[in-house]
Amino acid sequence: MRNAWTLTKVRMRLALRNRAFIFFGFIFPLIILVPVLAYFARYAPAVIPYALSSVLAITVMGSFQGLSVQLVTFREQGILRRFRVAPVGPGAMLASSILSNYILTLPIVSVEFLLARRVFHMNQWGNLGGAFLLVSVGVVTFAALGLIVASVTNSAQETQVINQLVWSAFLLLSGATLPLPILPIWLQRLALFLPATYLVTGLERVMVGRVGITHIGAEITALAVSAAMAFFLSQQLFRWEPEAKVGSRAKLLAAATIVPFLLLGLWETAHGTVRSAARSDFLSIERNAPTERSSPTERPAPLTPSR
Amino acid sequence: MSAPIIEVHNLTKHYGPVQALRGVSFEVQEGEVFGLLGPNGAGKTSTVEILEGLRPPDGGIVSVCGLDPQMPGAAFKQEIGAVLQATALPDKLRVGEAVSMFASFYKRRRDPAALLKRFGLEEKRNTFYSQLSGGQKQRLALAMSLVNEPRVLFLDEPTAGLDPQVRREIYTIIEELKKERKTILLTTHYIEEAEKLCDRVAIVDQGRVIAQGTPRELKQSSAGTTRIELRLARPESDAALMQLEGVADCRASDGVYVVHSTRVPQTIVSLVKYLEAHGNELSSLDIAAPSLEDVFLELTGRSLRD
Repeated sequence: MRNAWTLTKVRMRLALRNRAFIFFGFIFPLIILVPVLAYFARYAPAVIPYALSSVLAITVMGSFQGLSVQLVTFREQGILRRFRVAPVGPGAMLASSILSNYILTLPIVSVEFLLARRVFHMNQWGNLGGAFLLVSVGVVTFAALGLIVASVTNSAQETQVINQLVWSAFLLLSGATLPLPILPIWLQRLALFLPATYLVTGLERVMVGRVGITHIGAEITALAVSAAMAFFLSQQLFRWEPEAKVGSRAKLLAAATIVPFLLLGLWETAHGTVRSAARSDFLSIERNAPTERSSPTERPAPLTPSR
Repeated sequence: MSAPIIEVHNLTKHYGPVQALRGVSFEVQEGEVFGLLGPNGAGKTSTVEILEGLRPPDGGIVSVCGLDPQMPGAAFKQEIGAVLQATALPDKLRVGEAVSMFASFYKRRRDPAALLKRFGLEEKRNTFYSQLSGGQKQRLALAMSLVNEPRVLFLDEPTAGLDPQVRREIYTIIEELKKERKTILLTTHYIEEAEKLCDRVAIVDQGRVIAQGTPRELKQSSAGTTRIELRLARPESDAALMQLEGVADCRASDGVYVVHSTRVPQTIVSLVKYLEAHGNELSSLDIAAPSLEDVFLELTGRSLRD
């Protein structure tokens, strides 16, 4: 535990000395957030919690990309080997990676909240405790999922290709960029198998619907189980050496991380409420969505599919 | 004599179809500097990485400080220090942070500031790793390997790729460690390094230990020959020089003929006669006592640099 904390502090220092991290970790989220919130603050203030929940989800999901590339780069450069001859285990290496990322994500999430509330006059805080819990579990989950990718890829380039594919699915299908209810029904059903969907819908529910933590139990459980599973598997599959190749058994084990989401997706498809809750939250903000200024009395056509 | 601190018996290792180690055996006593000398690909790094716990052996028995390097947990790693063949750290890690961080991993630890001072890195304390020269990086690697007062220190090619001046600096550091009676296992393909630093040397070739002993013992075992290095005005065949009196071996490389002679005066007289008779001339002639290079040549028929 002491080793993990030492490594966490070192990793945080390294991240803060990295210009790319400063830009993509701190500045870029604000570049997205400020114009979006400024627009809604002017034309539809009630939509701000919904927009903020999407921005928070994208910030949290960002944990997926950076850590995996860093771990693979360290392995390729032979940095991990030096730690291997010291009394440091894979658990400390991985935990420090996740913990430092979590600590560095919290300030940006706080700034996003404060900007929305204080500068852009978001009319309510939402369920702040629920949002904090989802952000916390979400950061750990997406970081751990990223580490799973790192455990099965052999180069930073390969890692980036896989990251981009998965990241695109997270962004486009989860509701983080395109609201889930406007997607075709089959895509909405497909989205129920993605971890990102539970983060996005959970944040929408606590920010827009202001539901209590008990109402987001499914989302929290799915994310937490996946985080625990991904962390355990990435520890088992951890490779110190660049030349150590991944066996097919390891790839199967890594693929097992999706099992909680597969089960949850099947359950949600049959009995779940995530899609209906997402639709309800979306409809509540759609009523407040800005219309064409040239015809203010004309009601826009509903964005949601008929079914 | 007390029990050896490093024991290696019949060690084998293969990488796919390549047999890297074919039954390596040696022992190292506490306080000894032991060298594994051999050309690239001889199996030195495979041996040392198995002893560091970085690679599992395929066969044989290995023990360091009475422990199996493959044992789970941190106990074994608490006892050893290592300078890997290529040490790498994150570019933006400062020198002082690197030493302090590694020191924090161990139960028994030395003062990082004192280590930086000892290795001449005090003024570089706040310098990023990426801004260090090759020699400074190697001194940092040595400092980090000593943070836990290791009982055994592994140095894998510690001066490879460094310029001669930096190499001498590293030699000075290793000689100081030797005076402190630190147990060191050193791999190298530099003859000078092995002769200068090691109490005992094992010559490794093609995954086998082909000779071991003190540098002096090994040189004395070199069939009692003396090395004569010649340069000639015009080339001659090795076979022709082999016919000279007292010549045990002759090889040409880059215009230099290395002749091993059991009777030096007779060899030189017959050489001069031969050259006169064939209208050739001596450009230069050097006589040297046999080196470990000669021992290697004699045992394998190849140069360490081949």
